[in-house]
Amino acid sequence: MTAHIEIQNVSKRYGSLTVLDGLSLTINANEFMVFLGPSGCGKSTLLRMIAGLESVDDGTISINGERIDNLPPGQRDIAMVFQSYALYPHMTVADNMAFGLRNIGLPAEVISARVAEAARMLEIGHLLERKPGQLSGGQRQRVAIGRAIVKEPKAFLFDEPLSNLDAALRVRTRVELAQLRNRVRSTMIFVTHDQIEAMTLADRIVVMNNRKIEQIGTPMEIYSRPASRFVATFVGSPTMNFLPVGLSGENGFARAKLPDGTDLQTAIRLEGINGSGHSLGIRAEAVKLANGTAATTTGKVEVIERLGDRTLLYTRLKEGSVVIAEDVGNSRIAIGDQVALALDGARTHLFNAEGRAWHNEGVGHG
Amino acid sequence: MAEATLSGSASAAKAATRQAVQNVNAPLWRHAVFVAPYLFFFVTLLVVPLFWSMWLSLHKADAFGVGRFVGIDNYLRLFRDKIFIQSVGNTFYFVFLTVPALALIGLLLALALNRKTKSAAALRAVYFSSSVLSVTIVTLIWRIVFIGNFGLLATVYGWFGATAPAFLSDPKLTMIGIAIATVWWCIGLPMMLFLSALQQVPREIYEAAALDNASRWRTLWHITLPSIRRTFVLVIIIEIVLQFQLFGQARLMTQGGPNNVSKPIVLYIYEAAFTKWDLGLGAAASEILFILIMIAAMAQYFISRRRGEEG
Repeated sequence: MTAHIEIQNVSKRYGSLTVLDGLSLTINANEFMVFLGPSGCGKSTLLRMIAGLESVDDGTISINGERIDNLPPGQRDIAMVFQSYALYPHMTVADNMAFGLRNIGLPAEVISARVAEAARMLEIGHLLERKPGQLSGGQRQRVAIGRAIVKEPKAFLFDEPLSNLDAALRVRTRVELAQLRNRVRSTMIFVTHDQIEAMTLADRIVVMNNRKIEQIGTPMEIYSRPASRFVATFVGSPTMNFLPVGLSGENGFARAKLPDGTDLQTAIRLEGINGSGHSLGIRAEAVKLANGTAATTTGKVEVIERLGDRTLLYTRLKEGSVVIAEDVGNSRIAIGDQVALALDGARTHLFNAEGRAWHNEGVGHG
Repeated sequence: MAEATLSGSASAAKAATRQAVQNVNAPLWRHAVFVAPYLFFFVTLLVVPLFWSMWLSLHKADAFGVGRFVGIDNYLRLFRDKIFIQSVGNTFYFVFLTVPALALIGLLLALALNRKTKSAAALRAVYFSSSVLSVTIVTLIWRIVFIGNFGLLATVYGWFGATAPAFLSDPKLTMIGIAIATVWWCIGLPMMLFLSALQQVPREIYEAAALDNASRWRTLWHITLPSIRRTFVLVIIIEIVLQFQLFGQARLMTQGGPNNVSKPIVLYIYEAAFTKWDLGLGAAASEILFILIMIAAMAQYFISRRRGEEG
């Protein structure tokens, strides 16, 4: 049975410092949930509270309707993969995986069958008699995952498990985790500050910032309809362009006056937009080079980033703000060129000074 | 010519540059300056006396000077001397009494006091405080405890109408009495070594064990103890080396008596060299003690290393 995890109004304080403030969240059975946020936002603390490694100061955590926040970690029927792997250094790989099963008194043949199966699944069968000190980082990672799998827990918790791996191995392990996820049907919670890991692995992402949840949604919801300016900034690479704008209306939709005076018609309903100090958000892929007539504005190219499949142009508009535009991979633009930019008004977002966001009507329009 | 000079100086400059970027960790003679002061005292106070006493042990020597070469005669005299053989036995018995006790009690104290509370910190200081006392004070304290008729022990036993064990005069108990005083005196160091080892164990391993449903006992047995195994070996070796050199406690508490049952090797050496002024004999006994300590420490080291490789 996999876990349906209900977190209600949990808070965590260290003395006068509040780390998490009245957080509520539901994680569905079999869901792959990613906690995403910058360092110090409380995401690891929340994970450790679910694991039982941190006490809950306020609120409750339940699994399948049963309250678990007062149970010791071992009785919550969950497994955790640590950032540092936390393998037992003096035990062999096989013993590392078997330790938890021996502790609950499973018969030896069940233990060896489960260890063998996990080792086969993770392709670490040849390492079973080695000690962690004799393994590479990637191999240790697999053993740590194996130690979690053999327990057949209701939920897996991953605390930044890829951050100690080198770049190439991280990408490979990410793909393997996604494959593993299809084989081991279980609830999984994954903590990371890497938006690519979050986007590629998650069913849903919880974006956290400054002790609070900013947004919960599918990767595409988070990307295309960020709930706040923080989410819009944190998710997506390169980061979203922001331009201070004045708003007016036309047929009920907002019309934005860019800093250089040009008007841009958006697909966002004017009704309901409040606050002041509005800014327009637009991702680089919605800013293309214009062919004469369609141009919204012009800018001077200051930096060029060639990514192979596409080229990012950092252009400075007349009044001084910088807009990142996207061009084809073999772009012939050079630094210093004046370019005409076409901003796709249908793919814009509006934010007020408090960071609240408004989007166009369509969902997942990008 | 000018060109040649130019290119010559250029290559010299190049060589100089190369010299400058040489490995900063490369050995250089001038580095010896930094170890020289230590080396001087090490050689004059340890190495020279070590070889001098070896040389001395092969000669007939007394307070008036070194006499003729006698070969292994001093060693033969030692092995024929029943008191020396007894003192070797006494010393082994003492090591057997104190070293396991120091290691185990030190470990238990460290496990109990390895927490961040103020009371634990205070108790750590209390348990360590005995280590700073001199042997004179320690033996004085324990003589007050052990002394017959009016000692602390006798008083406490007296409340219950019982007779206290005579740790200072009963031949069966004197070594145990000295061992008790020694453990009380020396417990600070093993405790501190174990504490520092316990604090090196990464917290995540304990968290993983907690998630693995390990009971406290299984965590201690399967996580904590294997993690501090090296320190355990270190403590055993240090204590073997230290306790083989028992002298002050025996000299001040019992004078080696009654009937030599609490006379350790060092006391024998002291008496031979500085009471009877038989320096050759004393030096020979010192060499025997040196070899015994070395064998015991090495044996412990190799045994634990082999176990480490297997486990």
